Amino acid sequence: MAKHFRQTTFPPRRMGLRVLAASAALLAAGTLHAQETFKIGVVSFLSGQAAESFGIPAVNGAKALVEAFNKGQAPAPYDKTGFGGMKIEAVYVDEAGGATKQVQELRNLYDREKVDAVVGYVSSGDCLAVAPVAEEMKRFLILYDCGTPRVFEDNKFNYVFRTASHATMDNVALARYLKAKGIKVNSYNMINQDYAWGQDSKKDFALSMDKLFPDAKAGQDQLPKFGAGQYGTEISSLMSKTADVTHSSLWGGDLQAFILQAGPRGLFKRTQVLLSAGDHVLPGLGDKMPDGTILGARGAYGLMSPKSALNDWWWKVYSDANGVYPVQAPYRMAQALLGLKLAVEKATAANGGKKPNSEQLATALKGSEWDSPAGKIRMALADGHQAIQETAIGKTRYDAAKKMVVIDDIVRFPAECVNPPSDMKSEDWIKSGFTGAKGCP
Amino acid sequence: MPAISTILIDGLTYASWLFIVALGLTLVFGVLKILNIAHGSFYALGAYAAASFVGWTTSMNWDPAWSLLAMLLAAVAVAAIVAPLIERGLLRFFYGRDEVLLVLVTYAMFLILEDVTKLIWGANPYYVYEPYSLFGNIDVGVQSYVGYEFALIGLAVAVGLVVWWGLNRTRQGKIVLAVIHSPEVASSMGVNVSRVYMVAFSIGIFLAALGGAFTAPMISVQPGVSVGVVIVSFAVVIIGGLGSIQGAAIGALLVGLARSLAVHMAPVAELFSIYVVMAVVLMFRPEGLFQRIQARKI
Repeated sequence: MAKHFRQTTFPPRRMGLRVLAASAALLAAGTLHAQETFKIGVVSFLSGQAAESFGIPAVNGAKALVEAFNKGQAPAPYDKTGFGGMKIEAVYVDEAGGATKQVQELRNLYDREKVDAVVGYVSSGDCLAVAPVAEEMKRFLILYDCGTPRVFEDNKFNYVFRTASHATMDNVALARYLKAKGIKVNSYNMINQDYAWGQDSKKDFALSMDKLFPDAKAGQDQLPKFGAGQYGTEISSLMSKTADVTHSSLWGGDLQAFILQAGPRGLFKRTQVLLSAGDHVLPGLGDKMPDGTILGARGAYGLMSPKSALNDWWWKVYSDANGVYPVQAPYRMAQALLGLKLAVEKATAANGGKKPNSEQLATALKGSEWDSPAGKIRMALADGHQAIQETAIGKTRYDAAKKMVVIDDIVRFPAECVNPPSDMKSEDWIKSGFTGAKGCP
Repeated sequence: MPAISTILIDGLTYASWLFIVALGLTLVFGVLKILNIAHGSFYALGAYAAASFVGWTTSMNWDPAWSLLAMLLAAVAVAAIVAPLIERGLLRFFYGRDEVLLVLVTYAMFLILEDVTKLIWGANPYYVYEPYSLFGNIDVGVQSYVGYEFALIGLAVAVGLVVWWGLNRTRQGKIVLAVIHSPEVASSMGVNVSRVYMVAFSIGIFLAALGGAFTAPMISVQPGVSVGVVIVSFAVVIIGGLGSIQGAAIGALLVGLARSLAVHMAPVAELFSIYVVMAVVLMFRPEGLFQRIQARKI
């Protein structure tokens, strides 16, 4: 026993050397950890029709946030440098080119770029295409922007998340706004783009109107193609049978062209126009944005965002970096990156301080909740993979003194009022008369 | 049932916009035998140049009427600077090669020009709405139209007549027609074919840029405006017959009216309506409505 003891203990000099060596190893390990990076692929439109409205503002938001994270300048609980000490390295990829190209790009990001996570996708079509691929590859993916409810209502994923609400919230909130404001609606027209986003939006709005305004008659149902640019004929159609309200989920250049063409023709004076995703055109259009247009931002974003210290910080970081205030797309990018940051840090802690893999990240993000500049984000739907959040709807007014459009008559809708419960599909929920909706104004 | 006048006016305004752009496309194909995929990029360049020129006249506090001249000059500038550069610097090296190769070359050009416009003007949108209100509003029944759109119909008619007259009633036009029929024979008769190619390409590009410049006040000029227009323009020139001015005019009218009818009567069939017209025409006239008779070379 004594002999054994001697064999496993060290003379003072040799022990000192061992301690020195162990300290050096620990030091080296510490340095390695500090040098370790967490690589994210950020996919958004950098060219094409969605670049100006969504892709580039979102990427600008990501760049501003990544820089702030890496300098440890974000407010608590986001104040750890990088992601839990790991420096964030971001690779930016253009979403233009269609779903087939995006599937290839996603594979490239995981296999060649060796990213640890991907945050991306504006297009609902792209989201529907890439989500099954990430799942098949068992790699972590956050959808930050796209709106179609079908991603999680028609599929079940383990590695894919969406950190923003889907489009049902926007259209239910618009219909509820009309009710909350006591606006008389006997008839309504619609104009939406002819693809997944527009089709889903018009369906959700029409179903909501059936429940909230059962006597209102649906009139024109225009479905121009994406990127049409010319809306003269559609405007004539909407004016030939003018309805009390006209609903639209147009966005980007299409929405701007529609407003520039319909405004001078007097459409906005003949009908109450409702825009489900309209806030992002306000800075550019200025006084060309007709007063009294009811619009949403697909969340409590931009001019309709709630007052909070985190929002004030984010507003300043983005505005200082880009010379314009943030609208909806950078807000959604911010809430995705904030959620990812907390998930990485939680998963790293659970993994004994080592960088987590996709499985561990998914476990950390699933069902979680966190504060964003737009309020609380809760991964409440699709078994913890789909977020819900509060939203807001308001009315435009050009403020000549401020030389900008401001939003009046804002009504805030709690997440549970305008999002379906976890056990129901959106369509069924609306058809059921919004079963279980809570806190509606 | 909407008023027939509404369907006709909507169809005509859409057709006039389309005709100006499609005319350039068909002219380039008629002379150079190039299916120019990059045609939409020149449309975008015209819109961006117009945005810059009108922005400048506005900043100088000139009367808004000057913006019409500014838009015209913008299209001229694109045609005078960019078109010869591309035709002399790139396309001429591919003449006589497989047509598919030329399609690929113009597609590459389209991709490059997309980035060039972004490099010059960035991704933020430009607004040049000042000229849009120059002609006031015109009420027709329950509709209120912006006078600018009627002015576009006038512009399209004028452009069509000038191009037709230039080709059929002037010496230079007849030289172009000779080159269209047979570049080899025209060359042997002393015609500088390569100069004809350059001028014809520049006029085609001018028409694309003109379409873009005069559309700029109705839209936000931003990345992506080039894509949609080229697809519908191709449908128009295929319906009318590649290389035919009359064909472009009739094709644009058919597409404009069919689309207008669909939007008013069955909106879900809007996009489908354009291709129905194309399918019906090609069923009976596989070469399009006004395809030129091709001389068989032995």
